[in-house]
Amino acid sequence: MSRKFYTLLSVILMASFVLAACGTPATPTPAPAPADTVAPVATDAPTAVPATDVPAPAAKVTVNWWHITTKDPGKTIWQKMANDYMAAHPNVDIQITVLENEAFKTKLSTVLQSGNPPDIFQSWGGGDMNQQISAGLLQDITPALDADGGAWRKSIAPGALGVYAYQGKNYGVPWDMGMVGFWYNKDLFAKAKIANPPATWTEFIADVKALKAAGITPISLGEKDKWPGMHIWSYLATRIGGQAAFDAAYSRKGSFTDPAFVQAGQKLKELIALQPFQPGYLAATHDQMQATFGNGKAAMELSGQWAPSVEAANSVDKKGVANLGLFNFPAVEGGAGDVSDVVGGGNGFAIGKNASPEAIDFVKYLTSLDNQKVTAAANQNIPVVIGAETALADPNMVLVQKDFAAAKYFQLYYDQYLPPAMGSVLNDAVQGLFAGTLTPEQVAQKIEDAAKQNIK
Amino acid sequence: MEIPAFKNMKSKRGPGPSLRSPDTTTIILFLLPAFVLFLLFLVYPIARSIYYSTFDWNGLGPAVDFVGLDNFRQILTDTVFMTAVWNCLLIVVLSLIVQLPFSLALAIMVGRDLPGRAFFRAVFFMPYVLSEVITGIIWVSLFNPDPQQGLINALLVLIPGVQPQLFLSDLNMVLPCIFVVLTWKYFGLHMLLYMAGLQSIPREVEEAAIMDGANTWQSIRYITIPLLGSTIRTTIQLSVLGSLTQFNLIWVMTQGGPVNASEVMATYMYRFGFVRFQLGYGSAVALVMLLICLVFSVVYLRLARQPDYLGGM
Repeated sequence: MSRKFYTLLSVILMASFVLAACGTPATPTPAPAPADTVAPVATDAPTAVPATDVPAPAAKVTVNWWHITTKDPGKTIWQKMANDYMAAHPNVDIQITVLENEAFKTKLSTVLQSGNPPDIFQSWGGGDMNQQISAGLLQDITPALDADGGAWRKSIAPGALGVYAYQGKNYGVPWDMGMVGFWYNKDLFAKAKIANPPATWTEFIADVKALKAAGITPISLGEKDKWPGMHIWSYLATRIGGQAAFDAAYSRKGSFTDPAFVQAGQKLKELIALQPFQPGYLAATHDQMQATFGNGKAAMELSGQWAPSVEAANSVDKKGVANLGLFNFPAVEGGAGDVSDVVGGGNGFAIGKNASPEAIDFVKYLTSLDNQKVTAAANQNIPVVIGAETALADPNMVLVQKDFAAAKYFQLYYDQYLPPAMGSVLNDAVQGLFAGTLTPEQVAQKIEDAAKQNIK
Repeated sequence: MEIPAFKNMKSKRGPGPSLRSPDTTTIILFLLPAFVLFLLFLVYPIARSIYYSTFDWNGLGPAVDFVGLDNFRQILTDTVFMTAVWNCLLIVVLSLIVQLPFSLALAIMVGRDLPGRAFFRAVFFMPYVLSEVITGIIWVSLFNPDPQQGLINALLVLIPGVQPQLFLSDLNMVLPCIFVVLTWKYFGLHMLLYMAGLQSIPREVEEAAIMDGANTWQSIRYITIPLLGSTIRTTIQLSVLGSLTQFNLIWVMTQGGPVNASEVMATYMYRFGFVRFQLGYGSAVALVMLLICLVFSVVYLRLARQPDYLGGM
C-alpha cells in the first residue's frame, strides 16, 4: 500500500483523537443554568396560585436542592414538601439531589471549585461556610430575612440563625440545631450504684471509677473518626475557659496555648489515664462507638442530638438502650464556663450565589412553622423555628431541646467553627492525646500553630 | 527511554529489502494523537500542580496567596511526612523480602506439575480480583478487637492464655496488620506473573540440569530463577511503585491512623488536599511523591531493566 494511504490513515486517526481529546473537557453537562437566564415560557402559565411574596412570574424557574437525608421518613417528607410547593407554584421546578454525607462533601467541593454551587444545599455553617462566602459562592439573603418587618428572621431562634451568618450578613438558614451532651445508660449506672448523673468533673471521675469497679466500660468512643474525642477536649476547654477564652483565642487577642486549653488537655489526660474507653477505641468509628453504647456495653457516650436514633440503628436489636438519659457535660471546679453552656451544631440550608428569588422563597416555605412541626414530629430535627418544639414527640429530643434552650452560651462545634484546615489539625492533635503521643502542651501548641496559619 | 528502544528496533531490522525505513512524517503523525493525550492528561495536570504547589490555596476561587517554596520546606521538615516516607519504605522492603519470595515459592510449587493447579491458581488469584475497598472493609471486620465480632480474635481467645489483640488500634501493630492484608491481596498477582514466566522456560534446560546431577534446589537456584530474571525485575518494579503509592486499602482500614502510625505518602497527601483542603500544600506533596517514584523508576530502569531491552530473554 502506498505511503499516501498511511499518511491519510494517520491524519484521520490523529484528527479523531485530537477531536476526542478536545471534546472531553467541553462535554460535561453545562452547569445548572442560573434560573433567570431560562427562557421565559409563553403566556400559558399565568394561573399560578399567587406565591406568598414572589410576584407571580410567568418564567419557568428551576431550583436545585442538594440534601443528605437519605433515609425515610425524612427523605419522603422533603420530597412531599417540594411537591406541595411545586403544586402551588407551577412555574417552579425543584430538582432534588439526595446524597450520602461523605459523597455530598466530595461532590459539593468539586462544584464549588468550578464556581457553580447548587441553589440550596446542606450546610453546617462555621469555617467551611465562611470560606465559601469569602470565595463569593453564596448569596446574601439578609434582605429576604428582613422583609415584612423581619418576619422570617424573627421566626427563627437567633443563636441557630447566627451559625449561618458571617460579618453580620446571612447566607443560609438552619432547620435543625442541637447540642452535644453525655448520653447515659440508666440501668448500667444503677448497676454501679450511681444515684444521680455527675454535675462536676470530680463527680464524673468518681463515677468513671465506680463503673470500672463494677466491671462496666464507662465510656464508648470512636476515635478513628477523631471528632468524637475532640468534643471531650473542646467541652473541657469551654467549661474551664468559658466563652471569653475561646473568643480571645479565635480573635487572636489570646492564644490556644492559654491556660484554659492546656488545662483542658490535662483534665482529659487524667480521664484517659483511667482507661475508661472500650478496647480498640482508637480504631473504632463513630458508628462502632454508637453500637458499643447501643448494645449496652458502655455506660456513656458524648454525642449529639442524633445519638438516640443512631445508637439504636447500630445496635444488634435495633432498639438500643432501654433507659436512656442525658446530662450536661459536667462543670469543672473553678472554671469560668457555666454548666449550662453548650457545644453543638445542626443542619441548615446554604443559598448558592445563583439562587433565584423562588429558591429563597422555597427555603422560607421549608422553614415555616408548620413544616418545622412536621419534621419535628417525625424526629428528624430539633426545630429552630420558635413554637415548633411543641411538636417534638420523642422524650429524648425534648431533653436536648430543653438543655439547648437553657444555654446562655452556644458554641458551634470547634472543628466546624474553625477554618477547615484548622479543624482537622485540632482533631488530629487531640487524637494524639488519646494515643499518648502528644502532651497537653503539645496539643495546645499544634492548635495554636494552625491558628497562626489559618485565622487571618 | 523511547529513544534507545527505537534505535534498538531500527538496528535490529536494518535497511532490509522487505522493510522500508519508516518515514519520519508518518512516525510523527502516528505519535501525535498519543502525544496530545499525554500532554493533556499528564503533562498539563502536572504543570498545574507545580503552579499550585507554590500557593497557599483552599481550592475556592483563584489562587492568590503566593508562598514560593514554603510548602516544600514545610513538607520536608514535617515529622509526620517523614513517618509517612518511613512507613512507605518499610512496606517496600517487606514486600521485597517477604511478599515476592513467597509468591515465587508458591508459583514454583503449584506452577507446573501439581494436580489441580488450575484450582489453586484461581483460589490464590481471587484476593487480587476483589477491590481494595472491599478488601479493607473485610479485614477491618476480621481485625475487630471484640472477640464476639472479630473472627481473628474469636479464634485467638480459643487458645488458652491468649488475650484478644487490639490489632488496628495498636500503634505498633497497625502497620504489620496492613502489610498482612497487602500481601494477602497481592501475592496472587505476583504468583500469576511468575507462573506465566515459568511457562516460557524451556523444559529441556531443566531436564539437562537434572541429567547433569543437579538436585531440585540447585535446579531452581541456578536454572529457574535466573531464567525468570525479567519477570522478577518486572514484579519488583510493580511492587515498589505499588507500595510507594498505596492509598485505598490504608485509607479504608485506618485513614493513616491511629495518630499517623500507618501514615503513608498518599494518605498524607489526601489528608492535606482533600480533608483539610490545603490544595497548594497537597499539590506540593503530590510532586514530592512523583519525584520519589520517578527517581526510583529511572534509576531502576537504568540499572536493572537494561538487559531486557537488549532482548536477553
